[in-house]
Parts: sequence; C-alpha cells; structure tokens
Amino acid sequence: MLNFSLKRLASAVPTLFLLITFAFFLIRIAPGGPFDSERALPPEIEANLAAKYHLDEPLLFQYGRYLWQIVRLDFGPSFHYLDWTVNDLIAQGAPVSFTLGALALILALLIGIPIGAWAAFRQNRPADYSVMSIAMIGISVPNFVMAPLLILLFAIILGWLPAGGWEFTPSRMVLPVVTLALPMIAYIARITRGSMIEVLHSSFIRTARAKGMPEKDVLIHHALKPALLPVISYLGPAAAAILTGSVVVERIFTIPGIGSYFVQGALNRDYTLVMGVVILYGILIILFNFLVDLLYAWLDPRIRYDDAEIGP
Amino acid sequence: MNRLAVLLLSLALLPALIGCSERDADGEVVRAPRLPVPVILELDEAGLPLPALLAESQVLFRGNGEEPQTLDPHLAEGVPSANILRDLFEGLTTTDPDGRIVPGAAIHWDISRDGLTYTFYLDPNGRWSTGEAVTAEDFVWSWRRVVSPKTASAYSRMLAPVANATAILSGQAEPETLGVSALNETTFQVRLDDPTPYFLGLLTHPTTYPVHRASFDAHGSSHVRPGNLVSNGAFVLADWQVRSRIELLRNMHFRDATNVFIERVVYFPFEDENTEFNRFRAGDLHWTYQVPSGQFRWLTEHMSEALMVAPWFGTYYFSFNLTRYPFQDNPELRRALNLAIDRDIITERVSRFGEIPTFNLVPAGLPDYEPPLPEYAEWTQQEREAEALRLYHRAGYSESNPLTVELRYNTSENHRRIAVAVAAMWKQVLGVRTRMVNEEFRVFLQNRAQRRVTQVFRAGWIGDYQDAFSFLELYHSGHGRNDAGYDNPSFDRLLEQIAAERIPARRRNLMVEAERTLLADQVILPVFTYVSKRLVDPRLKGWQENIMDQHLSRHMFLVRDRTTADAEPGKDTQADADVEPDNGD
Repeated sequence: MLNFSLKRLASAVPTLFLLITFAFFLIRIAPGGPFDSERALPPEIEANLAAKYHLDEPLLFQYGRYLWQIVRLDFGPSFHYLDWTVNDLIAQGAPVSFTLGALALILALLIGIPIGAWAAFRQNRPADYSVMSIAMIGISVPNFVMAPLLILLFAIILGWLPAGGWEFTPSRMVLPVVTLALPMIAYIARITRGSMIEVLHSSFIRTARAKGMPEKDVLIHHALKPALLPVISYLGPAAAAILTGSVVVERIFTIPGIGSYFVQGALNRDYTLVMGVVILYGILIILFNFLVDLLYAWLDPRIRYDDAEIGP
Repeated sequence: MNRLAVLLLSLALLPALIGCSERDADGEVVRAPRLPVPVILELDEAGLPLPALLAESQVLFRGNGEEPQTLDPHLAEGVPSANILRDLFEGLTTTDPDGRIVPGAAIHWDISRDGLTYTFYLDPNGRWSTGEAVTAEDFVWSWRRVVSPKTASAYSRMLAPVANATAILSGQAEPETLGVSALNETTFQVRLDDPTPYFLGLLTHPTTYPVHRASFDAHGSSHVRPGNLVSNGAFVLADWQVRSRIELLRNMHFRDATNVFIERVVYFPFEDENTEFNRFRAGDLHWTYQVPSGQFRWLTEHMSEALMVAPWFGTYYFSFNLTRYPFQDNPELRRALNLAIDRDIITERVSRFGEIPTFNLVPAGLPDYEPPLPEYAEWTQQEREAEALRLYHRAGYSESNPLTVELRYNTSENHRRIAVAVAAMWKQVLGVRTRMVNEEFRVFLQNRAQRRVTQVFRAGWIGDYQDAFSFLELYHSGHGRNDAGYDNPSFDRLLEQIAAERIPARRRNLMVEAERTLLADQVILPVFTYVSKRLVDPRLKGWQENIMDQHLSRHMFLVRDRTTADAEPGKDTQADADVEPDNGD
C-alpha cells in the first residue's frame, strides 16, 4: 500500500508540470493583455507596466521565471488586484470555497445515498419514479435558475435568510450550500440507485437472502458497500470541482470564494491568478483521485494495489 | 421517508409556486417592495440638517460594482476604486454634492497670468489620519511617485500637463525634475507645459491625491492594507475582505470632520446587478451601483422614490474604421448609415433607461460648452431617412447591389440588442446587409486598436474630467484610442491650438469648431448620452445628481423614518437635545 502511494505521488509531479506548462502557454495565446483597457495607455506607460511585471521578457524566459517561483510556492502578484499577491487571494478565498464545498458535499452524500438506495429498493414503484423524477429535475435545473428562486422565496418574500453576502455564519451559508448541493444530491441519488439495483441482483445478495438474513441487514451490510463504488469514483473529480467554488453561486450570493477567479481571471488576463487557481485545482484532482483509489481498496476486497498481495 | 419526498417535491415545484404568487396576468412581478418613508428634511442656517431629524445609526451601505482593483490612489483605475478613494483621500480640489469643483486640501490658489504656474495654499488644518499635518512636501513626493516609471501608474497621464512629466514617464528624465515644488510647509507650486484650463478639475482625480510617505516606506506595496493605510480624507480604512466588503470609519483628524455625519461606510462589491438589486430590496443597501437592465418599467412603477436617473458625462456610439474598405474615403456612405438610425427608438424601446438620444460626441450639460448640433439633428426622422437613401444610392449601392457590412461589439446583452436594432434600421431604410460579430472584451479592444478587421464597431466614452477636450482629444491622429484611424491635419491643429489657448471664450470656440469638424467628417455614429442610474434609500440625503456622477459619502447623512419620527414627542429640536449629539460647530 505504501509502495503504491509513493508511486502515485511521484507520478503527480510530471502531471502537474505538464498542466502548468499547458496552462501557461495557453493563456498567453489569448489575444489582449492584462493592462488593456478602453482607456488606451500611452506607449511609455505601457512599457513601464510591462517592465514592472516582466512581460517585456521573452516568453520562455518568463516561463522559466514562473517555474522557479512555483518551486518556492510563490504564485506571484495578481495582475488585476494590484494590492494582493495570488497567494493572498487564494489564502483568503480558498477557506470560503472549501467550507461551502465541503458542507454541500456532506449534505449531498447524506441525502443522495439514502434516497438513491431507497429508490433502488422500491424499483419501478411510485416511490422510485417520484424520487428519480425529482432527481432529474435537480440535475436539469441549472443553479443560476435555482439560486435566484431560493433568494426570492427565502430572502425577499419570507425574509428568513439574508439575500447574499458572506460571513462564516449558518444563516449566510444555508442558501449557497443548498444551491450547490441540489444537483449533486440528484447525481448521487441516481448513481446510487443504478449500482444498487445491479448489486441487489447479484448472486452474493441472493445467497445472503437465501440464508434468511433480514432485508435491512442485507441492504446495509452487504449491498451498500459495493453499491457505493461508482459513487466514490464520481466523488473524486466532483469533490475537487465543488471545493474550488462555483462561479455562478459566488456571483449570485456575492461570496468571496475562488470559483470566480477561474473566469474573471481569464477575462482580465490575470495570468498569475489563473495559473494559481488552475494549479490548485490540479492538485486537488490528483489528490482526490488518489483518495478514491485508496477508498476502493477499502470498499472492495478484490482490489489490492501492492503486487505481492494479489491473490490467485 | 415520505415526508422527505414531499419536501423534495415542493422544492422541485418551487418555481411554479413562486410564479403564482409573484406575477400577475401579464407576467409582471407585482409584489411592491416596502420602501422606508423619510421625514421631511429641514436645514438650519448653515445648510446642515436639524439634529433631531438625523437617524440614530449613521452607517451607510453602498453597493460598488466590481471589487476595486487597488486602493493605492496612484495606481487606481475604474469607478469602483475611485468611489472609495474619494472617501479615503482628498486632493487639492474636491467636488461639491452638485459636482462643482471646490477647494479641498488647498483652501485657495493663485494662477499666474500666463496660466502656467499654479500656487496652492494648503489648509493648515489638513491632517493625515495619524494626526500629522499634510504638507506641501507630501504632494511633491506623491506627484513624483505618480510619474516615476517604477510606479507604472496607469493613470499617470492625469499629471501629463505638469512640466517634464512626459519626459519622466518615458524614462528620459529623473522624477526629481517634475515641475512641482514646496515653497514652504503649506505652499505647493506647480508649473505646467501648456495652460490647461481644466487643470483644477484633474486635481479631483485619485491619481493626484497625496500618499503618506512614511507608511509607504514602511510597508511597500502593502501600504494600502487595513491597519497600514494612512489617508487624509473624511474616512479611514477599517477593514477589507477581498470581494466581500470594504469598511471605512470616520476620520477624526479630517480637517472638516465636524461636518461629516456618516460614522461608517461599508462598500460591497457586486459581480451581478440582480444580486445587488435583491440586496437593496431586502433592505441591506442604501445605495446601489447600478440597476438591472430591462427592469426600468417595473422600477418606475414600483420604486420610483428610490430610482435615480440622471444624465452622465458619457456617450454611447459606433465608430467607423476610416482606414479600410468600405468606409475609407467614403464620407457619404458613413453619413447615410448615420442618418438611417432612429435614436429615439433605440433609447425608448431598446436601451430603455431614459438615455438621451444624441448626434454629438461631447455630452450636453457642461457649464461652459454647448455642443454644436449638426444640421440633420433638426430634421424629422423621415427627412433623415430620405437623405440617407439618397446618399446611399450616390455611393453606388442599391437594392440589387446592397452594402454588406460587419458590425462588431463586445459581448454583452445590452450591446447585442442595440446592435441588432441598428442593423435592422439599416436593413429597413437602406437595405444594408449587416453581419454581427461579437467578441470577448479584450479581443475586441485589440481588434479595434489594430484596425485590420474592423468596419463599424461599438464604442463608448466617459469623460475623465469636466471638459469637452477629454472627448475631442481621442481623435487626434496620434492618440492611442483613435481606433477609427481618423487623421485630419486641420483637426489635429485645432486640438493643438486648444491645448495652448488660455482665453476661455476663444478656447470654447475652438472646441466647438473641432467637434463640428469631427461630426462633419462622419467619423462616428453617436447614439445616446449615458445616464447614471441607481437605487437610493429615500432616507439618504445630502447628495445631488451631477454630470460626473461623483458622490462623496462625507456629504451624505441618513434621516429618520417617518414612523419613528412621528413617535418622537414633538418636533421642536431644542427640546430634544438628547436625541442625537450635535456635530455642528
């Protein structure tokens, strides 16, 4: 196991390096630069700005400089938010996005798995159909529709919750967390249902039932664990995505997370900021995929990663 | 488990439920928000509000557009930064609630007869938020910092009229050679290259504000963080949560602190206009940065006491690329396209926010400039269209041989709708075939500047300072934003004469002449004058609409709600001395 973990972590380095290289050159290909504006700058001022941010150097040179910075964990100054470094911005925004994302993830798991399992258990009966129809709606209603509706109902009409803004308080977090969680609940419910149905038809469940095991124990002890495998593999990338924030949810609820930086950073040609969040996202994806692999081994006794342990 | 299903079902049906309760037969949102009703404002002899009318809590919540790029006045660009910086700092001059330029950090000044030397006498009560005096030396150091290439200030051209500024910016001279000097502790002298009649107006711009040298030396680029930032304005920075809130507190050391009523200002950034609108409706804001486009009718019907619309110093227009086919050397065709659009329809049916149709580049409303109306401004639309068709035919186009043109704009719902309307009018009146091209903003800017692919493109300009020159200078053949490629030596000569002219009447005539030339050459296709539009809590007083759309929190105050005021025993102010501490001196 340790051997496997080390190998995986070692392979993460070239992956990240490739990611950084691609991202660095791709964003430079985009026309326009960080200091373009409708107010044209006199050439001498443009030259001063370029010199200050080393944009006047050859691109390969800049790339080398950037790699050297990354090695020292310095993501450089933001080209748009002039008073902050990318490290500052991520340090301020990431806790917000992580908190919201983690809460939404937990909520989605707590609701999605039970209702999915329940629907599978009642396959092709009214309960199954209604849960799955609602899940389908949950998947298809985009969050830029859901969020304003929730605000209208709970903040403007009922006045129970604030209409947006951010503090680390439950009342400010409820609506964004629910908005983030709803489509995930729907996905998880559908995936759980699908795999649960498959597991319930497999021979080892039939054996368990034949032994006269109570149905509840069959479900929880035998069926649930293998049925969760597809959910786990969905969770790897999904967790990385939800923890790095959502542009839409951040816009609508004015939440200072890092999700907006992916889009705003690109639109502003804020090269360093885009690189910063892309690298963070890359690290999270690699990390979560690694965790997923570990969880697989724990959930499925047939999977073992160290060569020596592979049985006949 | 069944209850869970019911809950989920009701969530899923939420859109329908809200739809029933919130909309009438026409699909119009009918629920009217509850706006507070303020007491009737009464002022004392000094023009200050009677203390008994003031609300208990003087905390002002302002929506402020995007997250400001920076709070370093010398690096700042954009309206959101400028709004906050005007509260934090004070330049040599400042603006009144009605936008007039009035003494700020300098209580008075002398201008030499040739208009080239300005001597400013600083207010001896001027203080930094640390309590230290604001000195002439502070201004000298600050202005040198602005023009130093090391600072790389994007707006440093605000100081371009100062002697030697351009040479310093391009690295040919040292910042110490800038034409500024401290004659003594409170006397600051500036020498200009050319008489610049709008110079006093430039001094309200954040680029010209003083920065506290000791804190800059101590903290470097993080001198603008809360706790480090020292400022000389009516407020000090108390807190800054990026993309969440910026909080200012009243500066006790401000030279006019006794006349500042607002204790605390909280600026909220918004990336989405609907979110800001919702926050206002929920009562979280006194002042919004904008209003959702397309809600004008509903707002005028239901929130007219809060909706504030006023002419702004900006023009929305389209520009021709004069360096390429088909508009190169073809003024008649340009004129045909210009005359064929019906500006009234665009402002009434498309942009719909009370914008003012215009045929000019420079907006009306400047105290000393009357934009010259082209003759077709007085025709009826039918006459314009008939003339457009005649010119179109003369340019060699017809129904069987129509012009095909590319209309380019940057991605935005409003720009798209306006472009569609313009294309439809060209089609209807002339039979022009228009291809619409929308581009992401920076791609669009680059294409405009390169002039290699553009034909007709969207443009807009908000004046930086209260002078027609801030619009006209765009079309100097050497100007960096002359994306039309306009190159008319007699127009350039007029601009150079304007820059050197110091007699106001002569200068005004030259500017009128310049604008007339530009319009006659059909370089641009003006559509409307922008309006500033926002929602303001009716209890917020002390501010006025003005063409520069500058509103300092130090002029504002909150008055009581009528309901709470009525509950007060008697409105006689003398009897209620304990209600509110009197700030008046």
